[in-house]
Amino acid sequence: MLHEPSLPVGKDPAGPYKTKLGIRMFLGYCIFYAGFVAINLLSPTAMAATVFMGLNLATVYGFSLIIVALIAALIYNHLCTAMEAKLADPADAPKKGGK
Amino acid sequence: MAITVFLLFVLFVVGLSFYLGNKTKTSAGYYAAGGNIHWGVNGVAFAGDYLSAASFLGICGMIATAGYDGFLYSIGFLAGWIVALFVIAEPMKRLGKYTFTDAVDANYNSRGIKLCAAISTLVVSVCYLIPQMVGAGVLVEPLLGLEHHWGVMMVGAIVITIVATAGMASTTYVQFLKGGLLIVFSLVLVIAVLVRGISTKPDQDGKVPFYEYTSLSAVKSGETLTVPEGGWTVLAVKDVKGGLQFAKLSKEGKESWWFVTTADTTITLKEAQFTAVKADGKYVNGVKVVDGLPKLRQVGNIESIEGDKEAKTGSLGPVEFLATMSDKDTLVKTWKSAVVTDGDAKVTVYYPKVVAGEKLLRPGQKFKVEGTWLEKLDFTSLMLALFLGTAALPHILIRYYTVPDQASARKSTIVAIAAIGFFYVLTLFMGLGAMTNGVINPADGNMSAPLLARSFGELLFAIISAIAFATVLGTVAGLIVAASGAVAHDLMDRYMNVKMDDKQKVFAGKTAAFVIGGIAILLGILFKGMNVSFLVGLAFAVAASANLPAVLMLLFWKKTTAVGIAASITVGIVSSLALIAFSPELYTLYGKNPLDAPIPLNNPGIVSIPLSFLTLVVVSLMTQKKAVPATA
Repeated sequence: MLHEPSLPVGKDPAGPYKTKLGIRMFLGYCIFYAGFVAINLLSPTAMAATVFMGLNLATVYGFSLIIVALIAALIYNHLCTAMEAKLADPADAPKKGGK
Repeated sequence: MAITVFLLFVLFVVGLSFYLGNKTKTSAGYYAAGGNIHWGVNGVAFAGDYLSAASFLGICGMIATAGYDGFLYSIGFLAGWIVALFVIAEPMKRLGKYTFTDAVDANYNSRGIKLCAAISTLVVSVCYLIPQMVGAGVLVEPLLGLEHHWGVMMVGAIVITIVATAGMASTTYVQFLKGGLLIVFSLVLVIAVLVRGISTKPDQDGKVPFYEYTSLSAVKSGETLTVPEGGWTVLAVKDVKGGLQFAKLSKEGKESWWFVTTADTTITLKEAQFTAVKADGKYVNGVKVVDGLPKLRQVGNIESIEGDKEAKTGSLGPVEFLATMSDKDTLVKTWKSAVVTDGDAKVTVYYPKVVAGEKLLRPGQKFKVEGTWLEKLDFTSLMLALFLGTAALPHILIRYYTVPDQASARKSTIVAIAAIGFFYVLTLFMGLGAMTNGVINPADGNMSAPLLARSFGELLFAIISAIAFATVLGTVAGLIVAASGAVAHDLMDRYMNVKMDDKQKVFAGKTAAFVIGGIAILLGILFKGMNVSFLVGLAFAVAASANLPAVLMLLFWKKTTAVGIAASITVGIVSSLALIAFSPELYTLYGKNPLDAPIPLNNPGIVSIPLSFLTLVVVSLMTQKKAVPATA
């Protein structure tokens, strides 16, 4: 391969699992994001409705998109790390990065 | 004080660059910081790289002037990191070496991909560079009292020094430092806003007296408008596009412009501000400008807090602040501008428009979600480009090569999401804080956040301005590393096969950084006054159209071919740039009627992104003999 990584990349037996998980979580977030766009297009005035502690739907949904992104990222990392540990070759263990 | 803080920061950054420069001897060190950056540092550096002038100056400025619509950029920019994390991060680390081109060409070794991807990197980086340099010029004026072009040249010179001395290593630590400081001091600013609370007569803690704009009653007899009381004479009435009307009045020899509003049969004239460009010079509010003075009064205040026109809330919690702002009985005075021709003078009138909080804290002021289907399509197109653009920005993608492995790439993305997400939450408070504290320059909203800081004292202004300047430095440095990699690594080394040893590759990269830095300085001066956020939006749309289909399809569609990728990148670049060039916004910029623009959309993503995907699929299917199976 002509464009080898800047540092050698070890084997990643958890790769297929992480790819599948990533796509599923990406699609889930896409639906959540699309919901925000759809409400704005189909019923824009609904965004002004007060829904939580005096905050309107636009504010709550907007903040939720940011917070849910972080929560989803943490869940994804937890699941990936667990699978990496489960499938790790004990011989490779001392060389593993991600410190 | 501002100058001292600024100089200390710049000296520290340049010193750090020279220190790290002594350690950078190889191309891996120059382009990828040796691939040994800790994921935590890389995550904050991601934030430092990503939170550009558009985020700090542009978004805060847009929220300050258009409310929630500015926050849409925060949401879209952050959501884009989900694409980066779930789909792009680990494969990018696995496939690439130094540049975006390395990754898309990893399985093909195609000259076509190398050329197209390198050009795409250059186009996107230059589109992104222009607003950063323009932002630098805007910042320097109030900070150091220098003119725009000096600010641009100063940023260019410092960034070239940073990049040319140590490449990605110094760039990473500058971005780390700047990212961390930006978030910490933005939080300080937001706390200050909440402690101060909201007032219908903001006076910046007694430092700047609140200016009460007046209104006059007028009557219309036939086509003649008159003001019955106060000794006012109506000199002219001007109609402008959009059904707006302005009156030029005179009293005791002093001329002024007023915004004409009609409710039922009552005509009210609202005091406006104005600048006039005449043959003998520029005038502000009727006074000739000498040595940059006078300036327009800063604006932005609440007319009524939950129905009370004489109120001061005192300290507010974050939820209480937003709830108060979005109340249906809260009225906010925002400012718009219109251009009228008065004889041989070109007059820009800045006029007040009162908007209810419930309308301001939801989309609709800038992006017409309640408008025609074309306006709705434009909004959808913007949200699509913001969502898909992040994971296709070359200067962001190359940061995945600075960490040792795939797990580090993933973890640094999560740190970036946390840091960037937290900052974007703060932008809403900073923008609304500027909107309500009388600190907005009506002619240029980009400086709203630094000017908000100034309302709390010179020290905070000095720090925030220095950080804002560093914001530009960090992002420009990342862009120049990406662009120099495209020239020296992708084009010279890979595409043209210029024989170079490792030392020569580093020299080529540094030379390219000098040239691109020089071009950036020139463009930053040429594009003075252009809207920062608009240009960044353009870069996102081009990146999402040109790069994302190629990256996604090579990872997830085994029939993807080299010709398909090259064609997709080409169609993505050309279609997105063409759609932008013939859009209403650009027609306004050309001085033409936006209604004459052949393309009715300002945001091209909804057309150019699917077109790029379609091109890749069709061309790949037509060139299956050359197909090489994808690795993912």
